[in-house]
Formats: sequence, C-alpha cells, structure tokens
Amino acid sequence: MASVPPVAGRRWRRPPVLIKDRNTRWIVYGGLLIYLALAMSTVDVNWQRVADGLERGMRFINGFLQPDFTSRSTDIYRGLIESLTMTLTSTVVGVLISIPIGIGAARNIAPPVIYYICRSIIAISRTFQEVIIAIFFVVMFGFGPFAGFLTLAFSTIGFLGKLLAEDIEDIDEAQAEAIRATGASFMQLINYGVQPQVMPRLIGLSLYRLDINFRESAVIGIVGAGGIGATLNVAISRYEYDSAGAVLLIIIGIVMLAEYSSSYVRKWVQ
Amino acid sequence: MLRLDTLAKRYKTGDHALKGVSFTVEKGQVVGLIGPSGAGKSTLIRCINRLVEPTGGSIYLNDVDLAGLSGGELRRARRRIGMIFQEYALVERLTVMENVLSGRLGYVPFWRSLLRRFRQADVDKAFALLDRVGLSEHADKRADELSGGQRQRVGIARALEQDPELLLVDEPTASLDPKTSRQIMRLIMEICRESGLPAVINIHDVMLAKMFVDRIIGLTAGEVVFDGAPALLDDAVLTRIYGEEDWTAMQASAAEDAADAAATYGAAPPERVKEERMAGLA
Repeated sequence: MASVPPVAGRRWRRPPVLIKDRNTRWIVYGGLLIYLALAMSTVDVNWQRVADGLERGMRFINGFLQPDFTSRSTDIYRGLIESLTMTLTSTVVGVLISIPIGIGAARNIAPPVIYYICRSIIAISRTFQEVIIAIFFVVMFGFGPFAGFLTLAFSTIGFLGKLLAEDIEDIDEAQAEAIRATGASFMQLINYGVQPQVMPRLIGLSLYRLDINFRESAVIGIVGAGGIGATLNVAISRYEYDSAGAVLLIIIGIVMLAEYSSSYVRKWVQ
Repeated sequence: MLRLDTLAKRYKTGDHALKGVSFTVEKGQVVGLIGPSGAGKSTLIRCINRLVEPTGGSIYLNDVDLAGLSGGELRRARRRIGMIFQEYALVERLTVMENVLSGRLGYVPFWRSLLRRFRQADVDKAFALLDRVGLSEHADKRADELSGGQRQRVGIARALEQDPELLLVDEPTASLDPKTSRQIMRLIMEICRESGLPAVINIHDVMLAKMFVDRIIGLTAGEVVFDGAPALLDDAVLTRIYGEEDWTAMQASAAEDAADAAATYGAAPPERVKEERMAGLA
C-alpha cells in the first residue's frame, strides 16, 4: 500500500450554501436586514390603546377562568350538536367526492385531460379561504348550518384531493405495474395496485380533516354559517365572556379528543 | 410460441434502447437474456407485454400481433402472460392469498375482485399453487411479513395463477442470496418443464444462467450479439457481450461458490434437498 505523506494544517471551510458569490451575498442579506428595520419602524404602536386593550383582555381571561356553562346551556348545546353534525356530514361527503378527484389529479394514472380538470377543481377549492366561501354560501342559502355544511365539504375536496393525488403519485410503481401485467382493468388497478398503498394515509388525512372541519365550524359560524361559532359570536357580542369562555373550553376539549383518537387510529391502520 | 420481429424502442429522451431485436421462442423453451446494465433487457421484456410501448416491430404470441392491440384486447393478451419481477412487486399491504388471486384479475369482473368473491376454481388453483411453492400456511399473512425468498415464491404463484402461455421473468434473483437464488431458479425451471411453458428470463448472473437455461441470448446496446446454447458461451463471446474482463478468474471464483454451496447443501440426501425447497426456507 502506498503511504500517504502526513500533511497537517490543511484548511477547510464549509462552502457557502445558497449564494456562492461573496459580494452578492452581502448585498442580498444586508438588503433584507435594512428592509426589515425600515418596515419595523413604520409599524405604528399606540401605547395608550395597548393599555386599554390589556384591561379588556383581562376581563376576557377572567371570563375564561370562571367559565359559565349553565346560563346559556341550551344555546351551547344546540350550537354544539349543530357543529358536530355539520362537521361529520361535510367530512363524509367531502371525502367521498375528493377520492375520484384525487385519483383524477394523480399524474401517474390519469390521462392529461382528466388531470387538468381535476387539478383545476382542487385549485379553485384551495384558493378561497373557508370564511370567504362561507360568506358566499350564506348569501346564497341564508344563515344556518346548511351553508356551513357546503363550505366545509367544499374545502375538504381541495385539501384531501390534493394530498391524496400527491400520495398516489408517490406510490411504489412496481406494485401497480405488476397488477397491470396481470391484465387488470383500470378499476382493478386502482383497487389492487393503488388503494392498499394509499389507504392508511387516506384514513389518517380524513380524520385530520374531521378535526380541522370542527375547528373551522367555529370560525365560519361567526359569519353566519350556524353551529357553535354562532353561539360564540352571540356570547362575545353580548359581552358574556364567561359563556364565551365555556364555549372555547368545549372546543379545545373536543379538538384534543379528536387529536388523541386520530393518532391512535392512524397507528392502528398502518 | 413467441416471435419477435425487428422490435424497436426509442425513449422520448432519444435513448435507443432496442434496435430491431428478432428471435423466436419455441414452446417449452427457457431463454436466458444476458447483457450489461443498460443493454435493454428490462425494456425488451416489458415491450413483450406492452408495459413499455415499443416504437417499432411486432410481437407475435401464437400468431396474434400484440403490438397492434389496445384496450380490452390488450388486457386479454396480458392475462395469458405471467410476469415475475426483480423486487417481487407484491402488493405489500395485501395478504399472500390476495396477491396470488390478483393473477385472476384479467379474467374476473370488477365486482368479484372488489368483494374478493373469486370463483371456487380460482381459489382452489391458488391454494394448489401455494402448496406447490410451499407457502400454504402463510395464505392470510400480509405480503410484507415474508422473507425475500418467500415473496418471490408468491410472485411465482401469482404469475402461474394467470394460466400463462408465456412467462416473462425480470431478474428473479437480483435481490436474493446465492442459495435462495438457486432455489428460485430451480423452481422456475421445474414449473416450465412440467407444463411446457416457454419463458424469457432476464438475468445478470451469467453463471446462474449457464447453470439453468436452455438457450442464451446476449444483448448489448439494444442488439442481439449472441444467440445459442449455454455451452457455446465462452470467453470470446462474453467479451463480445460485456467487454473486456478476466472471465477465467471470474468463472473460477464462481466455481468455488458452487463448490461451497454443494458442500453445504449438495451433500444432503435428495429427499432433504427437496423438502428444504418445498418448506419455503430462506
């Protein structure tokens, strides 16, 4: 074996990661820093208003610490049932619609025309935030949980369709190829070659969407789409922070419960 | 009988993977396809059942040109061509039985496959094949619970469940250890012999190919450069296929391997060898 002469003191520095040129680096990073400083200086803070706000905030927190579940219990109960119904129905309908759309939006199995149609449906659904869609549906169908149901189902399609399509694009192609080689039809290919590979993630995402939909149901209620959000809105606008606190605690409790049970189910379906 | 006529494939990238390959495989003949990586072996095998679209030439299986088929006709042709894959390509989250029964997908209507209500004859055949490859007690295990050798046996059973007229085998032993490789090759050969099934086996291990197949086709850069009996495969031919290499030294080391294997397993009485093979060891 040829001996390597020992050379001590050879210098090594990690090469720059993003911007190779030294001057460009200084200009880009320096420019960003200056912009940040200037932008911060234009934020106008009214300290008097902040002091007032702190006091109101304290009242809110006090309401939170002494939540009143009883005096508005029928409203809270009705709002909660409405929200849960809205959440479950919209998730089920949204998932059912998003499955064919997700399959159509997967580049590796869908023909180009179908692919572009499904991608645009997903894009439209993802462009608008829930609140905006909710306002639209409230205008169309009036106040109440039906508008909320449509809103949540519509945004579920975009969310789940996109993630399902990406998961399908990531499957092990060899398994699908083997099914294709047996002479399977397209539907059989989906059922045998694709579904087993994406099912655990589809179930996990659907459960995740279930708890997103519950949280969203509280938000869209504020713009008139019914549910627990409407109850919360009424309580806050009447300055009943103790009832509002009770509603928030219930929302937190349900979200935590959903979180815990969905992580359990995800492990179980692997 | 399979007949390829000036089969060509040019990929969209401009890669000329196959440049007019022609040969005929008679009933019951097992052909080993050898050649360096990138010679087009995998493309050739996938062109036969149209998993890869050929860009020229024809593929005659019993006088039907597969290159001209589409839709339902193509699926009906594919169901008579069994395929065995390098990394087994089992559907990992399905059970062993579902994987074997998936060989019937080309024959059964969608609702039967969806509800897993396969005809009794199909189920009987699947159990018989699992018995044949020594895995019947694993029928309800998930495919990803099996070892490499066992998975390849399931792959073989799936291909045979199709009632194939032709077997395409793509690097069946590439992910297996030397002993299991030999068991798998022996199993494939036995099955082909029993039913006079012609096969095209894509194989990178020259020694293994020489040991088992009836005829060897050497492919280099998309062209057939050798076609003949394994015995004719000498150093000159290997150099033509793979380029310069010390073949004598390589064969000597392979012979040593074989001797080792013989010392470990070959000395056992024939019954035991057979039992081992059937028990789904490895």
